[in-house]
Amino acid sequence: MKILNSEITPYSSYINRRKFIKNTLLTSLAISFSKPLFSKHSESPSTYNKFLEENDNLNTYHEITNYNNFYEFGTSKSDPAKYSQSFKPLPWQLAVEGLVEKPKIFDLESLLKGITIEDRVYRLRCVEAWSMVIPWQGFSLSKLIEKVKPLSSAKYIQFETVYRPEEMPGQKKLFNEIRGILPWPYVEGLRMDEAMHPLTILSTGMYGHNLLNQNGAPLRLVVPWKYGFKSIKSIVKIRFMDKEPNTTWSDVNPYEYAFYSNVNPQVDHKRWTQATERRIGEFYRRPTLMFNGYEEVAELYKGMDLKKYF
Amino acid sequence: MILSTKSIKKFKPYIFISLLTPSIVWLYQFIAGNLGINPIDELMDKLGEFALQLIILTLFVSSLSNFKILRSLQLVRRMIGLFSFFYIVLHFITYIFLDHFFNWEFILKDLYKRPFILLGFISFVLLIPLAITSNNYMLKKLRYKLWKNIHKLIYLVSILVIFHYFLLTKSDAIYPLIYLILILILLGWRLIQKIIKN
Repeated sequence: MKILNSEITPYSSYINRRKFIKNTLLTSLAISFSKPLFSKHSESPSTYNKFLEENDNLNTYHEITNYNNFYEFGTSKSDPAKYSQSFKPLPWQLAVEGLVEKPKIFDLESLLKGITIEDRVYRLRCVEAWSMVIPWQGFSLSKLIEKVKPLSSAKYIQFETVYRPEEMPGQKKLFNEIRGILPWPYVEGLRMDEAMHPLTILSTGMYGHNLLNQNGAPLRLVVPWKYGFKSIKSIVKIRFMDKEPNTTWSDVNPYEYAFYSNVNPQVDHKRWTQATERRIGEFYRRPTLMFNGYEEVAELYKGMDLKKYF
Repeated sequence: MILSTKSIKKFKPYIFISLLTPSIVWLYQFIAGNLGINPIDELMDKLGEFALQLIILTLFVSSLSNFKILRSLQLVRRMIGLFSFFYIVLHFITYIFLDHFFNWEFILKDLYKRPFILLGFISFVLLIPLAITSNNYMLKKLRYKLWKNIHKLIYLVSILVIFHYFLLTKSDAIYPLIYLILILILLGWRLIQKIIKN
């Protein structure tokens, strides 16, 4: 058989064709990921008002996406919105390891199959004494835990943020080593009963949009009764353990940050007060509520000295 | 060439305006709602940081004016020093009025429980005698040696405010560190000038 020269695809167009296929595949993935998840979830604030508690008002999308602590993108509050633009949240994989029946790496899409995305409007209280009210979209972490079947010996979960210095300027060696920001990757943890509590969610969206990079795209934890730094962003790994896991802030400064870090107006941070907070958008400070107002979690800590386990 | 008193005097109004302008711009932005998502914290941070920069600038100008040819810089040193006090007062008012809205009980608690608040407050108090004795009348009235000793407080204050700043940072202490290095260089320079003189 004779093959005409014209029939042979030049290498460059071959590569371009592959690229084209790959790119269209990616966009179709992205579309199939974003559309069905949020078609029912509104971008208009008024739809979320029914979830609000007395004295709470929603913060705006602009406020929530432009005032962030996400040190992987820089330490100033406006850095994450500025420097997270080249971060690629899709495609995404989540590794589940440690004390589970079958350790596995999931594609985010397949992991979310069959899971209903719900609206969860929560207060978020930062350890720096400011707070917001945020309409998240997500699902109870317990649903994922049940899906991956941890062993009975698993008592804790550790979470890990993605490590991508080429996309996250705060993780770049030069930047981080000179300024000694934090050891990467960022890790956080929960006790199993905290993780299984229905209030604890994994969030994929906010205000009816996919999470923006600065808010921890594509998958982040939200634990509304703990200080914000516990709600780890851009999670790539979940590890089931039998011992209390390391957590980044308490590794760096155990005197000021501890494993539990429940919102508690009676236990001050070592350098500043936790008795009051400024709700973003308001003038007067307001008193901080025990467990950030989520009193139903108190039973998790029955008999514990919350001054010692702060 | 000696920097003449005349040219310094000519420049004085411009320096005055350029040091006053930030406070007007920030206050305007604050009232217009253009000072970011958390404007009270932003205003307080900006005022405090600028006050610190002016303290450093005062030390720098002071050291420069020890050179014979730059002696006339002494004429602007006082103005820059007073402006740093002005920004510290605004910083203090922001804390009392905007941040805590005159909640004195809370502020007192803050003062004795929070080392960084205490350091800031002590710095402010220590600068008051400097501001009061900065005018020509007081300079004449006080013995020069006493006057000079009062104004040496600036060295102590410059170190205290750095710790005030440092205790506010959660990690990434790069900015307080840069300011500390600048201050140590200026203090070291001062010391060397003194040794040479003796």
